Amino acid sequence: MDLDDTPDQAAFRAQVRSWLDEHASEAPVLSGPDALQDEDAIIAARRAWQGKLAEGGLAGLTWPKEYGGQGLGPIEQVIANQEISRAKVPGILDAIGVGMLGPTIIAHGSDEQKARYLAPLLHGDEVWCQMFSEPAAGSDLAAVQTRARQQEDGTWRLSGQKVWTTNAQFASYGLLLARTDADVPKHKGLTMFIVPMDAEGVTVRGLRQISGEAEFNEVFFDDVQLEEGAVVGGVGNGWGTGLTTLMFERVTIGLGSEGMGYNSTRFASALARDEHVRRDHEVRHRLGEIAAELIAIRFTGYRTLTALQKGQVPGPEAGLAKVTLVNGAIKAGDLIADVFGPDALDDDSEWAYMISFLPGLKSAGGTEEILRNTIGERVLGLPPEPRLDKGIPFSELRSKEGAAA
Amino acid sequence: MNLALSDEQVFLREAARGALSRFKTLEAAREALDGDEGALPDLWPTASEAGWPGLLISEEHGGAGLDVFDAMLVLGECGRVIAGVPLLGHLPATAILDVASGAPMIDELATGEKRAAYLPVSPPGDVLDEWTVDPHSGIERGAAPQLDGDTVSGSFWFVPDAPRADLLVGVALRDGEPVGVAVEAGAQGVTVEPVERYDATRSLGNVTLEGAPATVLDTPADTLAAAWHLAQALIAAESLGSVETALDVSVAYAKERFTFGRAIGSYQAVKHSLTEVLRNLENGRSLLYYAGWARGGAPEEFPLAASAARSVAGRALDGAARTMISVHGGIGATWEHDAPLYFRRAQLSRRLLGGTAGATDRVAGELLTRA
Repeated sequence: MDLDDTPDQAAFRAQVRSWLDEHASEAPVLSGPDALQDEDAIIAARRAWQGKLAEGGLAGLTWPKEYGGQGLGPIEQVIANQEISRAKVPGILDAIGVGMLGPTIIAHGSDEQKARYLAPLLHGDEVWCQMFSEPAAGSDLAAVQTRARQQEDGTWRLSGQKVWTTNAQFASYGLLLARTDADVPKHKGLTMFIVPMDAEGVTVRGLRQISGEAEFNEVFFDDVQLEEGAVVGGVGNGWGTGLTTLMFERVTIGLGSEGMGYNSTRFASALARDEHVRRDHEVRHRLGEIAAELIAIRFTGYRTLTALQKGQVPGPEAGLAKVTLVNGAIKAGDLIADVFGPDALDDDSEWAYMISFLPGLKSAGGTEEILRNTIGERVLGLPPEPRLDKGIPFSELRSKEGAAA
Repeated sequence: MNLALSDEQVFLREAARGALSRFKTLEAAREALDGDEGALPDLWPTASEAGWPGLLISEEHGGAGLDVFDAMLVLGECGRVIAGVPLLGHLPATAILDVASGAPMIDELATGEKRAAYLPVSPPGDVLDEWTVDPHSGIERGAAPQLDGDTVSGSFWFVPDAPRADLLVGVALRDGEPVGVAVEAGAQGVTVEPVERYDATRSLGNVTLEGAPATVLDTPADTLAAAWHLAQALIAAESLGSVETALDVSVAYAKERFTFGRAIGSYQAVKHSLTEVLRNLENGRSLLYYAGWARGGAPEEFPLAASAARSVAGRALDGAARTMISVHGGIGATWEHDAPLYFRRAQLSRRLLGGTAGATDRVAGELLTRA
């Protein structure tokens, strides 16, 4: 039992570190007095930096070499992430594209799609966004209503709305799940498309959250025309294609949660500054309970890495760490606000943003309730709840829902 | 990075499960609660045959020279079937003796011919800056025993596995400095009074030392402190073993019990409460790995790791036992079912060895000190 690198991993770490030592000065500055301020300038600088990371072999490490990747494993990806964080430089801008959408195209895309899209995606020349969720299709993702209809000439017409779309405001392309057949049961009538974000009829609108900032977008499609070759993975196979994306999402979240800054050391440091606070029984008890769980998921991460190293794919139980992380951070924010009072909620406090951000994070990447359902069924083997939508054509389901409401 | 069990560790765990499966420990636990103390099987011969008494004793003293994590694996198996194997007292005692020169009885303790019990004295923390013992009742901690010449005086409440121990091993203060001491249980000035237990499988004794002759050990102070944290890690591992069984039994029942035409495990309210038990179990397991790794790999983190494991495991067991009862409905709260045995185990375990709350406080203390 050890937490050490193998000789190969140590060699790889040294190689990454030396590249970063050499190039760190070229990275965009995002905090401190010299930080870039203008939103467009930040995005441009981060895209250029992603290109440099890709050239240095530090983006898309797990991609096959023929698509510009390094053909390495998730452990090397984690090592690269650790070194990037140690060098205090930003990582890649398009983590969703490189981590989830590119791999989906590699798995299901046509040769033409791979040749056209993968290299610009990896280098940050074209940023991608994921357009799966809708206002009425989140936990029940297969209920998407955005409709694509094929024309006689083979092209498609797309209408509908997506939501929670990170990076849509500057993305070049999006991977979109649409309904192409409403007369079959809902999982069967779906198709995955590549959508150019500058196409006529695409409207992106920022969605402000509790913090006041707009990190997500709503995207509207008004009779948008798509080429025949925009289909990924075949017409009617959208659900299977989407599951591939979600599997890569689990891996991405599983490997990246430590980077969110919700760790026990940070919370303890804030509370330790006041001598009365650090001796207070209630503060200590609350901090101890929160910290013990946050420390636990750090080692859950190491257990996941051990499994990955042996070639195993993380299962749905990885979702439990997310539940622990989000709820632990929520309790920590609550404790800190109890101790520091309204000051903790000021705009310039490091805690206000965290406190505002977390309620939404509870639902991101699968609500806590859906995660617990999935884990209860797939890990503990408990029976699913009876479903009222099995085997029923989507169009009939919609009219049934209408009648019930 | 490797947090996987070695082949030897898998074998150790499987062998422990096999050895303990030969006994009807749960039935015995219930009968013992009814007053039939004789119902409890004597598991010490089995433990000795398997080499558990010498787990943490080095090979030169006749032990197996294994690690804290290996000991935790065995304790986990004991916890799964609520087996009263007196290792919680024996193992921390042997950890203190093993590094001392000329430790008494060490070879016999390694083979199991003799038994030891650890006299728990908690090391100083960031707020309470002295060695202390658990109080009989209340929240004010008691003074550590004093060594005067070669005799020791002090009292301890609820000492695990003290009643049948041959040697009592712990920490005493000599001119304010901690030193390791070993006292023969049969010596003059030693009283060990067995305690009536809420959980009959747990052997506990109140120990009084009044000028009892002691062997002074040259164990380093950090090992004396580590013995307390070792006990925390062991009781954490044992508790999580019990959580595993409580979860397995509850899940099995949730699949076969039907209400309103479907299995109760299909309802979210039941499903989510069971995934909460799993969440706590997985968090606890991860912390066992942390504690197991830290003892050798980062000794300065061992107090944090062991305390965090104890804190999470204690809450996990309480939650698992209560969920077990509620999933089973009314029957889960009766003598007809095993659930009360897990519940009793949870309630008593959480109050021993400084308590789960004490471990939680130490997690905070360790972090605040470092911050």
